[in-house]
Amino acid sequence: MAKITFITADNESITVEGTSGSVMELAVNNNIKGIDGDCGGVCSCATCHVHVESEFVAKTGQAEELENDMLEFDDLTNEYSRLSCQLQVSEDLDGVVFKVAK
Amino acid sequence: MKASEFPDAFKDARQKEGVGKMNDQDDPVTMVLRHKEVRKCAHQWQAFQSGGEEVGRIVIPSEVKIRDTRQIPFEIDPPEHKSFRDILNPWFKRPLDEDYSAKLATIIEEIVEESLESNNVEIVEEFALKLQSRALTLLLNIPYSEADLWISWGTHVFRSDDSDLDVNKANILYKYIDKQIDLAIENPSESLYSVLLNSEVDGKKMTKEEVKGVLILTFAGGRDTVINAVTNSIAYFAGNPKALAVLKEKPEMINNAVEELVRYFSPLTQMGRVATKDTHVCEHAIKADTRISLNWASANRDENVFENPNEVVLDRKVNPHVSFGFGTHNCLGATHARQILRILLAKLSQKVTSIAILDSKENIENLGEFNRKVGFNSLNVQFKK
Repeated sequence: MAKITFITADNESITVEGTSGSVMELAVNNNIKGIDGDCGGVCSCATCHVHVESEFVAKTGQAEELENDMLEFDDLTNEYSRLSCQLQVSEDLDGVVFKVAK
Repeated sequence: MKASEFPDAFKDARQKEGVGKMNDQDDPVTMVLRHKEVRKCAHQWQAFQSGGEEVGRIVIPSEVKIRDTRQIPFEIDPPEHKSFRDILNPWFKRPLDEDYSAKLATIIEEIVEESLESNNVEIVEEFALKLQSRALTLLLNIPYSEADLWISWGTHVFRSDDSDLDVNKANILYKYIDKQIDLAIENPSESLYSVLLNSEVDGKKMTKEEVKGVLILTFAGGRDTVINAVTNSIAYFAGNPKALAVLKEKPEMINNAVEELVRYFSPLTQMGRVATKDTHVCEHAIKADTRISLNWASANRDENVFENPNEVVLDRKVNPHVSFGFGTHNCLGATHARQILRILLAKLSQKVTSIAILDSKENIENLGEFNRKVGFNSLNVQFKK
């Protein structure tokens, strides 16, 4: 079980619990505003873009090359950007805070 | 060539030059072929614009001679683009609603069931066009019976047998939409027409011409593309009957399978842009006021991005395809198209064990030095339970 917090663009903070699947799926299932996950999690649509709060980067790790490619031409990308479909929910992510990019 | 195979038409040019050339009605096009450059050019909407003076120029073949109405939001650039897109996005996300997808499932199930009873189904006209037209009544939120008229128009809204662009055929659609807008003004309903007529963009009510622009885009953008995706999927399963069994056993794979089929087919080969200044792509000079195209089909087979790009890997996990475009102008109808394909794969895998191809005529696009199979002019099959 991991408790994960999303902060939406209008600064609402929502903490949800998950055990499996991707962070994108967890967000979609909990109707987190700004996370659409249109492509269902194959790293094609970039509608699940989050910024990892800096102190949690060690827990989430860095994006792989193809994920970075998709983020490269997104105006909202910064050094903390990830596509949440590429992050698996596990105990390792317990307590992590994501800011929704859009 | 096997009906289920869709070769990569651009490999050599993509690897050697990164661009390809084609002419189109004396307005030549430099096709951008590599995944990264396609995404980069799509991102640079200031340098490569969609919303220039000449309406219809970014479409290939160019629609400059057959259309005066600007398609919205597709032929408008930021910041105005965002105002329209923000209004349209919630409406075009409706396919995710339970009620919508249940109705879509009924439409698709009926066509599959009907096809199972026939010895010879011509997929393009009798399956894909029907499915696309009936599904469009949901997207527009209008009575189901309206689909019969659209089906009677045949597969091409702009093309006839002897011409890529047929102004008479295009006018059938434009006049039809004009009439529907007038009817919606007289008798408001819950349809997309009425919703748009009551919408304000940046504090101003949408004009009839703007509403028409959205509707032309919705009709034209979602017609050949959905028909290609549906028809090609049937051809794929005909050539790969085991895939139906795999999806039946593992329905959780359907989402990945849809994305992979859409990557492999690239139902829309390319979309144009007009350069606003002298610039370059892959070291090739692009002059101001000339056209480039973002070649989605080539980008989707880029060997630097996709392992085994010419194979359909149904459970491909990381699949950054650009079949629905990329960036600002990405496909507004993608949610609707994805729901159609997800439900289609579910129903086919549940109800069909194999598909036999009886006859097929491929639809080959002639793009300068390139010839690309994009779909079929006709595909006759027999479904087996």
